[in-house]
Amino acid sequence: MSRIGVFVCHCGENISRTVDVEQVAKAAGEIPGVAYSCDYKYMCSDPGQTLLKKAVAEHKLDGVLVAACSPRMHEKTFRKAAEAAGLNPYLCEMANIREHCSWVHEDRDMATAKAKDIVKLMVERVRKGKSLAPITVPVTKRALVIGGGIAGIQAALDVADAGHHVIMVERDPSIGGHMAQLSETFPTLDCSQCIMTPKMVDVANHPNITLYTYSEIEKVEGYIGNFQVTVKHKARSVDESKCTGCGVCMTKCPKKKIPNEFDQGHGMRPAIYVPFPQAVPNTPVIDRENCTMFQSGKCGVCAKVCGPGAVDYEQKDTFTVEDVGAIVVATGFKLYTIDRKPEGSPIQGYGEFGYGTIPDIIDGMTFERLASASGPTGGKILRPSDGKEPKQVVFIQCVGSRAREKGISYCSKVCCMYTAKHTMLYHHKVHDGQAYVFFMDARTPGKGYDEFWRRAVEEEEAVYIRGMVSRMYQRGDKIVVMGSDIQVGTQVEIEADLVVLATAVQPQDGADLLAQKLGISYDKYNFYSEAHAKLKPVECATAGIYLAGACQGPKDIPDTVSQASAAAAKVMTLFAKDKLERDPVVAKVNEKYCVGCFACKKVCAYGAIEEKEIRDRQGNLVKKVAYVNPGVCGGCGTCQATCPSKSIELDGYTDEQIMAMIEAL
Amino acid sequence: MHAEHIKHDFEPKIVAFVCTWCTYAGADLAGTSRMQYPSNVRVLKFPCTGRIDPVFILRAFQKGADGVLVSGCHPGDCHYMAGNFHARRRFAAFRALLSFVGVDLNRLQFSWVSAAEGGKWVDVVTELTERVRTMGPMPEFKELEHEEQWSTFAGASVDKSTVLNSPELKEAYDSIG
Repeated sequence: MSRIGVFVCHCGENISRTVDVEQVAKAAGEIPGVAYSCDYKYMCSDPGQTLLKKAVAEHKLDGVLVAACSPRMHEKTFRKAAEAAGLNPYLCEMANIREHCSWVHEDRDMATAKAKDIVKLMVERVRKGKSLAPITVPVTKRALVIGGGIAGIQAALDVADAGHHVIMVERDPSIGGHMAQLSETFPTLDCSQCIMTPKMVDVANHPNITLYTYSEIEKVEGYIGNFQVTVKHKARSVDESKCTGCGVCMTKCPKKKIPNEFDQGHGMRPAIYVPFPQAVPNTPVIDRENCTMFQSGKCGVCAKVCGPGAVDYEQKDTFTVEDVGAIVVATGFKLYTIDRKPEGSPIQGYGEFGYGTIPDIIDGMTFERLASASGPTGGKILRPSDGKEPKQVVFIQCVGSRAREKGISYCSKVCCMYTAKHTMLYHHKVHDGQAYVFFMDARTPGKGYDEFWRRAVEEEEAVYIRGMVSRMYQRGDKIVVMGSDIQVGTQVEIEADLVVLATAVQPQDGADLLAQKLGISYDKYNFYSEAHAKLKPVECATAGIYLAGACQGPKDIPDTVSQASAAAAKVMTLFAKDKLERDPVVAKVNEKYCVGCFACKKVCAYGAIEEKEIRDRQGNLVKKVAYVNPGVCGGCGTCQATCPSKSIELDGYTDEQIMAMIEAL
Repeated sequence: MHAEHIKHDFEPKIVAFVCTWCTYAGADLAGTSRMQYPSNVRVLKFPCTGRIDPVFILRAFQKGADGVLVSGCHPGDCHYMAGNFHARRRFAAFRALLSFVGVDLNRLQFSWVSAAEGGKWVDVVTELTERVRTMGPMPEFKELEHEEQWSTFAGASVDKSTVLNSPELKEAYDSIG
């Protein structure tokens, strides 16, 4: 007969408001095998845990059930407490009567009945539970950082400075990301390139960092402390070991009129190029789709002029496998476009803004390039259509953001601040120009942020109009902006020379595909999900994978850098140990009953199942059975559901446990 | 089925088999967002939908569930890489079997609810609960179980709620040896 203790938590009033906790505790006490039950205000608090420990000793409990919040919240807490009381931690379970009951039901009687049922089920689970010993695995003290923007750079430098090896993988030919594109940054107006490029050089020169640019993640296997990551190195067509970065190939390339992605398509670049002069590494790459040599086989100028003979048209994609213990995902964002979206896209374009067909309607990033000294106009604000200096500029905030009808309901967080910055940059460069801003709200929380916004309005003469723009169209060389001013209650019409849209921040293209390779979860917009919104903001639910920057949600530079350093700290915490304990939820084979059909082997996604020979004393083969390598087993249990003879079992989720729970329904 | 005659005063018992990574977390999110849904559902947590043996579903129906929900990660998002694909394939075959046995497939719902889809969890649970409510109690398996108990206890009047933990049952089991 078991002696189970049931502890029902009030969670302040969070549970007790809708669930009669005393009744639940009383009902639990009447379940056969429950030796002790009680309710307490805060089970997770120190006195609550002490209560649990004391009860285990006093009532000689051999299993513990805490009916409180989600096990995702406090399972570890209570398992630790149970362990301290001398119980095997895996004999402590949680019944979720908060997230799954008190918070989602209003009717007190119904909620109480449900809580009782949940407790009843979970008592059966505890009763049939087994003592398990954690599995220790070695930790590979190398980290992988995916993405070479400011988030990835900060995380990589922090981990590398702590003395651990870091592999940085960047999809583009250069690291730097979006921050390298910016002209000046809020709220201090310091030059983005000046603070960014030294960090990029630090990455390239750091003895502990291996930098792979123009590379992508192909495959991820393994688990915390022991990942095997296959990296695809896309063919650069230039041998990095030979190239000196002299740049002769770029000046001689006959094809020079290719829109430069780094300048948002407003500057030109050759077919063999580095994205921008300060690129790291300063090794060019051939854009094969636009290269005459690759398209027609006739050219080869770059190879002829290259002194060291670094140009290699025959280069192929190569693959390397890297062993790492932790992964930081820092893939960043892209900007929403107002263009007509493909059929079936959940996100809509802006027909009322001309679907991106009016050349002088640009997005914020393009404005950054126009304002940047290294940009296509050398830092002069000139409009794309005719190169004239615009005298009336309209800025529109929340384009795509907070627009449920367009498919995006979140706030992109950075636009209020950068639009304020844009009005200042414009005012500094075009003294007789006038900036207008259409806005819904000005959201300026952050150190020095509101002061900055006030400065734009009060000192830099930006005219803020609260209201949205309903339509824009070309009239002559002007753009007519029709909007509303809801504070005055009138319609507004402005003839603008240039319109700048603060478009929504979206996750990078392919963010979902990368998540699927990594086995991490993401929301409906493809932003990566953190393990807990408040308490685990940089960890993924998948152990050993951490998040930094805008891939998790829109963020400005200070927030991104903070999160990247936090992710690095988490990696270092992991690397502080030589061995790591992992949950012993792994499959085991009952060799007596296993008939060696290896159906389990076919369904195992981890390749954890091996064939084991059983021999008699004379060494004759009796039979072959399955064997689960506990270090490799991921613990999904698909093998158990597949096994026709029921001779493989997942610890922690045995048939016996689950059946007992169903019986208690 | 006499669905039309059995009306709304009936509270169905819904059992949900969910994976811990997506749907359980999605249900947690519904909680932290304080969304409201019918309290009829009882959640059983599994590491992965791949772990769910169809026998569990049968047994749940047999033990008085009026509706069963199986929910996990969206295809491609499985924490264990492919568990939900195995589950999907398994349940596609199992549905046919269940239908053959005579269970109305409207009582069984499969869905993908991610950790970020608290709202979808609420919708799925609410929809299934209301659907089963109009269908009325699940008759077939309950009768079956009743017969099973009769054969075990030979004529004794049986109170379903206590029978499993009753000394009689223990004695019966012991006597089988």
